[in-house]
Amino acid sequence: MPSTDLTREGARIVRICNSCRYCEGYCAVFPAIERRQTFLEGDLNYLANLCHNCSECYYACQYAPPHEFAVNVPKLLAEIRAKSYRQYAWPGAFANGTAVSSIIAACVILSVLLSGGVPAQHGGDFYRVVPHAVMVWAFGSVSAFVLIAFCLGFVRFWRNSGERPREFLNPGALVKALRDMLTLHYLDGGGGGCSYPGERQSQSRRWLHHLTFYGFALCFASTTTAAFYHYALGWKAPYGYFSLPVILGTSGGIAMVAGTLGLLWLRQTRNPETQAGGQSGMDVAFLGLLFFASASGLLLLALRQTAAMGILLIVHLGIILALFLTLPYGKFVHAIYRSAALVKYALERSRGVRR
Amino acid sequence: MAASLKQASLKQSAHPPVFDVLVLGGGNAGLCAALSAAEFGASVLVVECAPPEFRGGNSRHTRNLRCMHDAPTDVLTGAYTESEYFADLMRVTGGESDEALARMTIQESAPASRWMKSCGARFQPALGGTLQLGRTNAFFLGGGKALMNAYYAAARVRGIEVLYNTEVAALQIADGHFENATVLVNGEPAEIRAKTLVAAAGGFEANLDWLKEAWGDAALNFIVRGTPYNKGTVLKLLLNNGAEPVGDATQCHCVAIDGRAPKFDGGIVTRLDCLPLGIVVNKYGERFYDEGEDLWPKRYAIWGRLVAQQPDQIAWSIIDAKPAGRFMPSVFPPVEADTIEGLAAKLGLSAERVTETVRNFNDAVLPGAFDHSIFDHTRLDSCRTQGLNPDKTNWAQKLDTPPFFAYPLRPGITFTYLGVRVDERAAVLMGDGRRSGNIFAAGEIMAGNILGKGYLAGIGMTIGTVFGRVAGREAARAIH
Repeated sequence: MPSTDLTREGARIVRICNSCRYCEGYCAVFPAIERRQTFLEGDLNYLANLCHNCSECYYACQYAPPHEFAVNVPKLLAEIRAKSYRQYAWPGAFANGTAVSSIIAACVILSVLLSGGVPAQHGGDFYRVVPHAVMVWAFGSVSAFVLIAFCLGFVRFWRNSGERPREFLNPGALVKALRDMLTLHYLDGGGGGCSYPGERQSQSRRWLHHLTFYGFALCFASTTTAAFYHYALGWKAPYGYFSLPVILGTSGGIAMVAGTLGLLWLRQTRNPETQAGGQSGMDVAFLGLLFFASASGLLLLALRQTAAMGILLIVHLGIILALFLTLPYGKFVHAIYRSAALVKYALERSRGVRR
Repeated sequence: MAASLKQASLKQSAHPPVFDVLVLGGGNAGLCAALSAAEFGASVLVVECAPPEFRGGNSRHTRNLRCMHDAPTDVLTGAYTESEYFADLMRVTGGESDEALARMTIQESAPASRWMKSCGARFQPALGGTLQLGRTNAFFLGGGKALMNAYYAAARVRGIEVLYNTEVAALQIADGHFENATVLVNGEPAEIRAKTLVAAAGGFEANLDWLKEAWGDAALNFIVRGTPYNKGTVLKLLLNNGAEPVGDATQCHCVAIDGRAPKFDGGIVTRLDCLPLGIVVNKYGERFYDEGEDLWPKRYAIWGRLVAQQPDQIAWSIIDAKPAGRFMPSVFPPVEADTIEGLAAKLGLSAERVTETVRNFNDAVLPGAFDHSIFDHTRLDSCRTQGLNPDKTNWAQKLDTPPFFAYPLRPGITFTYLGVRVDERAAVLMGDGRRSGNIFAAGEIMAGNILGKGYLAGIGMTIGTVFGRVAGREAARAIH
């Protein structure tokens, strides 16, 4: 659906919600609708990123298809959300399936080419395969680029939602949003979980997302600890199996493998009626990269003393590179925009009563 | 005892199953009856006229039920005592209510929410909700359709069978005793045998031919706010088989709604609450009733009838820019113009007549002691006109600030009052004064026993829940 048609259809459906209001107990989206009388593109993008796509409102809706009003809020907001990801991405030209697949393919080809020149003798030392400085510079510059892309995306979202930059630094709103985010508050469905993947309430998506998110956080903590060991303490890798970086990375990797596989499985069984068409590939690509990154990392750890280590390291780094480079253009950005939307929601609540 | 049934096997089987309880109607009352009967060990079949996606009758459009409580609960604030509840009911019905049944309904509403939760119902926390009903009414999380989904899920778990797309064609009733039912499953006739019957199939508000008997051709311009499946078939079958009627056969709960609403099933989003904020004119551009007579929640239910009495059953609510944004938005955008003439032209009304009506109205507005920046329609402000017929007696402010807005109005019918008389065990009373031994009724089909006229927000669901539970329990007991 072209962007203007999507905005028009979005305003039509959300206006029905605003006259009905039966769903206001489910999540933040409906109270946010109730604060508004008009629904322009920026409002709809905000609502779409506030939505966790739990689908409770679809099953509860007296106007859901085949009713002539054909209200399907999860699907509508999923479509608007996908559009908003492309709209906010920097550089915008990368935010499509072709560009993302090309980046992934390029990284795979690069790993294959590089793995030909891997030295056989290494004794478990990664830096004899890829020198430390190369790793730091390659991933440092990619991370810097990704961070810039995130910041620009955030700024575009924030501005588009009608907020001023300094409003963001509101301690109360930040704390509230952080709590909603870290607990996935709006996936708890009032206690019983949400209607995902099917109509029955379930906590499975919430727990699998927790595994993935906190697994990712543990891996990040592992890398940070390792960097601290390297630079501050002068302790060089490889670290022992019971060292802090390896324990953090191993537990994070296992959590991510379980979480991503579970989320991929939920996706296969979810109700297609509530999903946006055309977004599936990007979501699967992101979950797939997360899975392969964590699985290859665990394999690398297990086999680091063997001759396979060199090739595994190159493959693992290739996957990490592909993951990093595609972060700003795939599903990962939901973390940026959902968090920002939750901050905006907390701000709106602090500004006073809705009508 | 456990009877099993497949749609296809109904006709073919040489020995069709005999259910303990046959429930006619798959709305709130029917599901409460079915769940309750199953709790008492009965095998239950629910016959629902609608397809699965439109199941639940008018309950799918509801939002809350009115509950008595002496102290705050997890789903209600404050206290709402039996005496206050009863007084509210007497006020809206003008005393047209069976006191014993009314008191039973009120008392049994207190434990209702706990039982509902045991059947999977979820509520919004107390203090939630946009309406000022948090003290008297418990709100279903997600509304009535979510509640029905929970009940149907509980019914599946408890082995209750449901036949969708199934209309009742005939009931065999001899001397007040139910024997069997003939139904149309997807249009195919089939016979259902059961030891007891619970009639929970609603009223006849979606049956325009029946409504014409009382309203004439005006009924054709009515909009049915809820399900198109409430044709009154079961009600008529019971009455034809000697059940004693209750409630006025000609009356219905009828409110003024947005005239652009779909003919059926428009539900809550078609309501309009800006009528007291401006004037209301008919197709001749003339006012016909005091728009500011009382607070809107006390007056909205008379406006359906008022519009129904106007030529072509249509009217328009006209406001200016002042109150815009001060009422719940309608789902349909208003007709808008910078002048009254322009607005009248867009509405297809005579510009002269409407302009004259507005001019006369503006000239008659008494200079009151009100502040134009405060337009509080939640309290009577005595700002009125003088010398008009009819006058507007509250919130009378000049229509002088463009742009001007208009919403078309039509009578929107919610439910009908005619029902069958029951006793405190939900047993249907026959015309000869005896109670039926195996026919019970719950919900709108018997609500007229308690609600002879008027309406109290959320009491329909309370009657359906309380009498559904009682009917299911008594039907399960009656099989022995």
